[in-house]
Amino acid sequence: MDKILRVDMGAEGGPKFKTEPVGEFAGLGGRAMTSAIISKEVHPLCHPLGAENKLVIAPGSLSGTSASMSGRISVGCKSPLTGGIKESNAGGQAAQVLARLGYAAIVLEGKPEGDDLYKIFISKDGVEVSVDNSLKNLPNYPLIEKLKGQYNDRAAYMTIGTAGEMKLLAASIACTDPEKRPTRHCGRGGTGAVMGAKRVKAIILDDTGMKMREPKDPEKFRNANRRFVEGLRKHPITGEGLPAYGTNVLTNVLNEAGAYPTHNFRTGRFENAANISGEVQAELEVKRGGIATHGCHRGCVIQCSGVYVDKDGKYVTKQPEYETVWAHGGNCGIDDLDVIARLDFLDDNFGVDTMDTGAAVGVAMEAGLIPFGDGAGAIRLVEEIGKGTPLGRILGCGAEVTGKVFGVERVPVVKGQAMAAYDPRSVMGIGVTYATTTQGADHTAGYSVGPNVLKSGGDLDPLKPEGQVEMSRNLQIATAAVDSTGMCLFIAFPLLDQPETFQALLDMIGAFHGITLTGDDVTALGKSILKMEREFNTRAGFTKHHDRLPRFFLKEPIPPHNVTFQVTDEDLDKVFNW
Amino acid sequence: MRITVKLFATFRKCRFDVKVREVPPGTTVSDVVEEMRLPGSIGIIFVNSRHADPSHELSDGDTLAVFPLVGGG
Repeated sequence: MDKILRVDMGAEGGPKFKTEPVGEFAGLGGRAMTSAIISKEVHPLCHPLGAENKLVIAPGSLSGTSASMSGRISVGCKSPLTGGIKESNAGGQAAQVLARLGYAAIVLEGKPEGDDLYKIFISKDGVEVSVDNSLKNLPNYPLIEKLKGQYNDRAAYMTIGTAGEMKLLAASIACTDPEKRPTRHCGRGGTGAVMGAKRVKAIILDDTGMKMREPKDPEKFRNANRRFVEGLRKHPITGEGLPAYGTNVLTNVLNEAGAYPTHNFRTGRFENAANISGEVQAELEVKRGGIATHGCHRGCVIQCSGVYVDKDGKYVTKQPEYETVWAHGGNCGIDDLDVIARLDFLDDNFGVDTMDTGAAVGVAMEAGLIPFGDGAGAIRLVEEIGKGTPLGRILGCGAEVTGKVFGVERVPVVKGQAMAAYDPRSVMGIGVTYATTTQGADHTAGYSVGPNVLKSGGDLDPLKPEGQVEMSRNLQIATAAVDSTGMCLFIAFPLLDQPETFQALLDMIGAFHGITLTGDDVTALGKSILKMEREFNTRAGFTKHHDRLPRFFLKEPIPPHNVTFQVTDEDLDKVFNW
Repeated sequence: MRITVKLFATFRKCRFDVKVREVPPGTTVSDVVEEMRLPGSIGIIFVNSRHADPSHELSDGDTLAVFPLVGGG
């Protein structure tokens, strides 16, 4: 990973590319790389869909090595959804393949004139940028089917569906999984719209002939990786719960906690939650001949994914994640896993974020377009996105736009991005993260749900404001660092609970670079990333007043606990004081 | 007195999802949990949707929910 590929899509006479040494960005990976390039090179006041914006794709610093769990890829840009800096990451095969090809980053710059659509093919032999208008208007699944026949079986794909071509604000970038299904998405913040604005439909990565990246100290590295994997396997969350039930194991937990946002954040409990729980989902998958335990990328030892099939055993979609099951399920009053799986497939196929899309449907229900609980109606609405009708384009721009167009006050967004499956009134720590992260409402930016609800990584009462700011701060710092390694964020559960597993990760990173790494180094990296991102957002016009939840969270108590969000504005302003 | 016990994830195997039980006054969470001989350690305990300690004394009509350590997101 010693080079950066820059593709100027707006060059005179057609796209031009150059490969340059990694230079000042040496040693950075994932989110550290994307945010460093965006904050240094993108004008903060540029239009996100204009030529001045850049799309940066970066594998994690450990991606492409034999380190387990190192398959996350980061995509960065100025977000068309939030107007601020964006890092959206996903699993799938892309990170490992891109890293083995030696690229620390791909930077898509400029914007071509005209309607031509491009694909970019990267292999050991170099880079090809070519026009392929036969790909126009193809959703992700048929797009991959068409491309698969043209490239080596080892290739990984990063693509946009129709939503990205239409530059919808919730458009995602799909990454293929080991079976070459476009199921792992950089979903948040409209990165797909930026790729669409640059007229790039597909990036094909083929690492044939390339080897795994070699650590400086191979023996130490192997030893640390072994201890790291042992730690993941012995922890109940990563060793048992996630493999058996997937992320959707959380439905029953959050519902029992009274923190499961239902009917567009009107109540914290969904009476039919049991029907869409991870326990029921896994049982159904196994009974029908699907798969309940599956890795989204090679080298994953947690295996929290799965394959959802219909009653005839036919593939529908990958196992819908907890956040998706919530967004399209309880949030919309829908309790039918088949309906939710169909919606998950449609989201992946058109290439939109399942969270912002589900939240947009919930807001549309609040507006009275269809009633809460109307599964067939929800499918019709999401199909509108694929058709590109005016209604579909509105929904495909996410919850905030939908709320504005239909005159809805209860719109669960911060900085234009929809919240996830945790009500910030009954999980106040996640409310602090939603409000203050640089990313717009984003549960993964500092997963306070762990200590607040799951009692992992600490223990802090979710219904009280005390201590939430400090906890969110520490988690945001740690997360920014983990997001830079290419490591799946789920390693955080054993990392925070088992000091020896955290040490194993430090040793592994250290052995790779031939250095000794400490916890303080990790903290310093996390802080430096957050600082860059905060400064970009400040220059883009964000103030402390953007670090706030919508007012209804402060005014409307949510049952069953009948609480409002109680962390004060003054305390929210202290999150980044360290 | 009468309480409702709910089990989740791996704790359900060979047991139950939800059961209403008669218990004597003064019964604690840990009394109920120990009797069930759940495999592995207890992760999360809710009594009426609030986190509770094993020493928490139950009251008539309470709902007790017991989870192993689980996570996702």
